[in-house]
Amino acid sequence: MTAPVPEPTLASRAPDVAFIFKKALISAVVALVLFSLMIGIRTEAGPAGQLIYWTRFGDLAAVVAAVFGGSIIVELLRLWWGPVGTIRIVPPQVASTLAVARRAIAPVLLIFTLLVPVIFYDQRYILDLGILVLTYVMLGWGLNVVVGLAGLLDLGYVAFYAVGAYSYALLATNFGLSFWVCLPLAGILAAFWGVLLGFPVLRLRGDYLAIVTLAFGEIIRLVIINWQSLTGGPNGVSGIPRPSFFGIPLTPGDDGLAARLGIEFSPTHRIVFLFYLILALALLTNWVTIRLRRLPIGRAWEALREDEVACRALGINTTTTKLTAFATGAMFGGFAGAFFATRQGFISPESFTFQESALVLAIVVLGGMGSQLGVALAALTMIGGFELFRGLDQYRMLVFGLAMVLLMIWRPRGLIGHRAPTVFLKHSQAISSDLVKEGHG
Amino acid sequence: MSGKSILTVGHLSMRFGGIVAVNDLSFDAERGKITALIGPNGAGKTTVFNCITGFYKPTSGAMRVSHDDGRDIQLERLNDFRISKLAKVARTFQNIRLFPGMTALENLMVAQHNALMRASGLTFLGLIGAPSWRSAEKRAIDLARLWLDRIGLLDRADDAAGNLPYGDQRRLEIARAMCTEPALLCLDEPAAGLNARESAGLSELLLSIRAEQGTSILLIEHDMSVVMEISDHVVVMDYGVKIAEGTPDHIRDDPKVIAAYLGVEDNEVAAVEQELGL
Repeated sequence: MTAPVPEPTLASRAPDVAFIFKKALISAVVALVLFSLMIGIRTEAGPAGQLIYWTRFGDLAAVVAAVFGGSIIVELLRLWWGPVGTIRIVPPQVASTLAVARRAIAPVLLIFTLLVPVIFYDQRYILDLGILVLTYVMLGWGLNVVVGLAGLLDLGYVAFYAVGAYSYALLATNFGLSFWVCLPLAGILAAFWGVLLGFPVLRLRGDYLAIVTLAFGEIIRLVIINWQSLTGGPNGVSGIPRPSFFGIPLTPGDDGLAARLGIEFSPTHRIVFLFYLILALALLTNWVTIRLRRLPIGRAWEALREDEVACRALGINTTTTKLTAFATGAMFGGFAGAFFATRQGFISPESFTFQESALVLAIVVLGGMGSQLGVALAALTMIGGFELFRGLDQYRMLVFGLAMVLLMIWRPRGLIGHRAPTVFLKHSQAISSDLVKEGHG
Repeated sequence: MSGKSILTVGHLSMRFGGIVAVNDLSFDAERGKITALIGPNGAGKTTVFNCITGFYKPTSGAMRVSHDDGRDIQLERLNDFRISKLAKVARTFQNIRLFPGMTALENLMVAQHNALMRASGLTFLGLIGAPSWRSAEKRAIDLARLWLDRIGLLDRADDAAGNLPYGDQRRLEIARAMCTEPALLCLDEPAAGLNARESAGLSELLLSIRAEQGTSILLIEHDMSVVMEISDHVVVMDYGVKIAEGTPDHIRDDPKVIAAYLGVEDNEVAAVEQELGL
């Protein structure tokens, strides 16, 4: 499509000295104005309460000089990098290798994930982290149906996570139902609440939709806190039964799985089982979503994201289409919630704050809206990266935030910024994110 | 009462606050014919379209679609998506409304949503990959392929709709509307922005749709070469009222129509015509 770009001539690459100096000078002046009071003058209360101050013009000069020098370096870097463009200077062989590598990412990642409990059997920390990452992968995939495919901005996704968790916790502790009975029930209940949320927000778009979903998430949390007789309020629900291996408990006793298999009991068995359980649930989410995308309902979701008016003109019932998107996303959130409850053994409203909704939404946006692989990579980056910076203590959030900002500048439409068609005649070619709409809410 | 008319609009009025966009408009669109709705800018043509296709609720009046099988459907009683689903009235838009991030083929697949939803057993049969669903999907792809072939876009089936040239997007939107298998196709300025060659191609496409599918067509158009060439019946509107109707030849010579387009009083038309050498 793009015409071959002529090799940049030397003249066009030569740095424009006057321009760079002008830019650096402007930056330096801005820095001088900004920092003159912040750094240049230091004030303090004296021993008698009077104001004492002294000047630090040396520091100020150093900062301004650093900005001046830094601006020149940035401009030079931009000259060196900018006009050429990284894509065009990559030789074709490398590009094709990269394309193969890109196709191989998903299978390699899946195989590695399957082997994680084998490789890191002795490292409880890694296994726990893996379970956490997979939980967020599943939540991301669930929310991806609503936000990525249907283009409905949902800031209250944690509500369905909470509904799923409390459904399992309450059904298991009050009625003694097993995890495998409660899992579908938790999904159904969450989907039911998804439809309930869907109705009032059908007419809303964009910011208004986001605010109502945000409020919905808070309402669920506040109801859980205040309905003490049912949910235990802020104390939460404790003593939630651990999952069994299809009826066989993972306990050290005689009827436990270890005893039946004739191997020595280890608490790691349960962790490994939980790991594979959430992996299976996440893969189920992925499989169903991929299937749905190729069915009329999935295409209608994407069409809704692209143009709602055109959908109505084609006879698509936008009401039920939106509701099914909410319900499907909520159902997966409910499954993840039930898993969360059985893994923790204890849940309280503190686990279901807005922060969680924001995190899951960030995963979907960072991953590239609508892309399954992107969401998985984003969950790994967000949750894993956050753990990676643990050594930075109080600067962790700062560094993490900066990394996110840089990532979004580099990839404004997410890690995987293109859309794969759901059906093709001759060959499937990815659609550039420039064309794909983000939805209007 | 399945008469000759597929669409009967009776005493249609649409007010937006104090503005009367359409005032007591009545006209018929005949079955298997091409009816054109023309008029100067701001005459209320698109408002009429939006009323017929359910995007506006008319202030008063009745619109009836009479199907081949004798079913009569009052359009003013249906809302948005049901017009297309039940009354089989499809439309295109003045400013193209394709799904730009989906391929040309996907656009045509979305248009077959209702038929495919039934075939996929409301998704459940499709989810388990039932054979009946697979064959239905194959048929849907074949129908889309047929239409892509007819509009000459078979080679670009897997390209994003937003990447297609403007003229191709116009034709794709018509093909998408046809994939809903409508009885009445409403086109809002299909030739807008097309060059002479593309307009001629469009006329050919519309004539072939009328001939092969037997679909009745109602179109708004400013391109008089298209209107005069393909229309069987022309309705002229100005300031929300019908000022003339008849065959293209009849309309061409109607002093009221000329006055509306040139913006002069009826009694000055002769003078103006003389000036222009008509």
